[in-house]
Amino acid sequence: MSLLDVRDLSVVFQRRGERPFTAVDKVSFSVEPGQTVGLVGESGCGKSVTSLAIMGLLPRRGNKVTGEVNFDGADLLKLRPDDMRDRRGRDIGMIFQDPLSSLNPVVPIGVQVAEVLERHRGMDRKVAMKEARELLDAVGIPDPMRRLKEYPHQISGGMRQRALIAIALACKPRLLIADEPTTALDVTIQAQILTLLKQLVDETGTALIMITHDLGVVAGLCDTVNVLYGGKVVERAERHELFARPRHPYTHGLLNSVPRLDSPRGERLHAIRGSVADNIPWVEGCAFAPRCDNVVDACLEGTPPLEPTATGGDLRCNNPVSEEVAVP
Amino acid sequence: MLRVIVRRLLQLVVTLIGLSLLVFVWLRNLPGGPIEALLGERATPERRALLVKALGYDQPILVQYAKFMQRLLTGDFGNSIRSGDPVTEVIGRAFPATIELAAAAMIIAIGLGVPLGYLAARHRGRLLDNMSIAGTLLGISIPIFFLGYLLKDVFTQNMHWFPPSGRMSTGVDNTEVTGFFVLDGLLTREFDASADALWHLILPALTLATIPLAVIVRITRASVLDVLNEDFVRTAEAKGLRHKTIRGRHILRNALLPVVTTIGLQTGALLSGAVLTERVYNWGGLGTLIYNSISGGRDYPVLQALILLAALVFVVVNLLVDLSYAFIDPRVRVR
Repeated sequence: MSLLDVRDLSVVFQRRGERPFTAVDKVSFSVEPGQTVGLVGESGCGKSVTSLAIMGLLPRRGNKVTGEVNFDGADLLKLRPDDMRDRRGRDIGMIFQDPLSSLNPVVPIGVQVAEVLERHRGMDRKVAMKEARELLDAVGIPDPMRRLKEYPHQISGGMRQRALIAIALACKPRLLIADEPTTALDVTIQAQILTLLKQLVDETGTALIMITHDLGVVAGLCDTVNVLYGGKVVERAERHELFARPRHPYTHGLLNSVPRLDSPRGERLHAIRGSVADNIPWVEGCAFAPRCDNVVDACLEGTPPLEPTATGGDLRCNNPVSEEVAVP
Repeated sequence: MLRVIVRRLLQLVVTLIGLSLLVFVWLRNLPGGPIEALLGERATPERRALLVKALGYDQPILVQYAKFMQRLLTGDFGNSIRSGDPVTEVIGRAFPATIELAAAAMIIAIGLGVPLGYLAARHRGRLLDNMSIAGTLLGISIPIFFLGYLLKDVFTQNMHWFPPSGRMSTGVDNTEVTGFFVLDGLLTREFDASADALWHLILPALTLATIPLAVIVRITRASVLDVLNEDFVRTAEAKGLRHKTIRGRHILRNALLPVVTTIGLQTGALLSGAVLTERVYNWGGLGTLIYNSISGGRDYPVLQALILLAALVFVVVNLLVDLSYAFIDPRVRVR
């Protein structure tokens, strides 16, 4: 049985006086124990909203969440808020994008790690602080004893993200959701953080959902990749398959727009035309059609279904990129 | 930290010297004065001249000021023109009454204002929030003396729930220790005196508390709304922490900074509110003393001391506020 099974998850934002906006549209995917799954797409494709919906962290008002999020035999969307509160931080941990703003500026790092242990593992402050010291040590923060008493503004960005990882993994959750954990960091620190995440999930057997727009992160980390566009999954494939033979024109475009060291000098970077905001997703036809080079008549007449491919993935496309013209 | 305190105290001395000169000159240029008050309008010029000379008012104003400052340095504020008692004694008698009233008002304003502001923010756009917005608007706009007479009329004349005026019922046996009647009763174990003093305190304190209460609700609400959008609140939720922890440690501790600033400013402003409130409830404090010292013939020595005292309180309270920042926000501590 899968650890996490997301079925037809939809999130519709309904603001008074505004047209309802479907941010996540019947997204389904599953995560096996210990597996690393990527959710990839550009800004506004619904990847962060998906993760917040799984965590039950969307605002209580102004949106409608439907579908199922089965975790450990229970549908998280149907849990009482207090039961969900018991699971957050204990069964599912989460790391966010900006480590500075994600830590409380007026509370020492040690307390911020210890409080989650006090809450879920019933430790008192003293024991929790000792455990917090070990956790900071485990995520590679030097001199953890001193850091316990320091405040977020006193440590570096990389260390802050390490502290957040320590917090998220403090109760040894079975699932970790990382929402663009390296976006706000320097490139050199990004690599360190990714290596750390990989090492930690390998050691603890924690499953990981990696949310990112960075295909480099996906290449280094994920077992399976879900590519999202306009709130829908457009392609799902095993990592090597996806990089070797991207079938959806959007995935193909994403891979093509990554600068390569071995491309000839002076060659222009490939870009995907337009941006996501150009259209209202999936009302009539494929949402990607206006930006697609492979568009055919069928693309403008109804949403293409998500269909299994021969290689074990899924694809939502009428006219996929043929295998011959895959990434140069 | 010590350096900050010393610098602020030096600033305080400069402020007070400047203010004292201003007040000294300004008071003496007001029409009317103690001579008329003491002798009446039909006194002969000879008698007037005699009194003016006796009080030293015939000398140039700067000489008067120099003498005043000279005596001030020895702790002598002079004697009240009206009663002849030393100014320090006159003020000392009235001081505890006003502090008691102001403290009670601030306890009400903070004790109700912070929770109400928090709840309003948490229920943004709903009934409770709208009621708090309307209520605070009313609280800020309503004149203190009007509200004072209104409350007095309703709760003492009509309902007889509270005594109409004064700090204590006649005939209650109380021993003065600190001059704070509620506290005195507790210290001397005369609990009936404490209860009686508290009973007298409620309406005036409520009246005086309305403006700071309304301001604190507003500021708390706005500040909490800001903090609710912060990423670290989402992190706290993602940790599955209890409501209580998120509210106290993560939301309020961060939202409190602007509120503390407001509390400091409002405490200073309470002194002006106290003049009106004390008049309405016949509360024998500094407000009443200021009123009497102005209307009862420009009691220069008392007025000078009172205005300097008010300035001192204002500056000290705001110094305390600045220092409290360091305890709330570690980012301030570094500097």
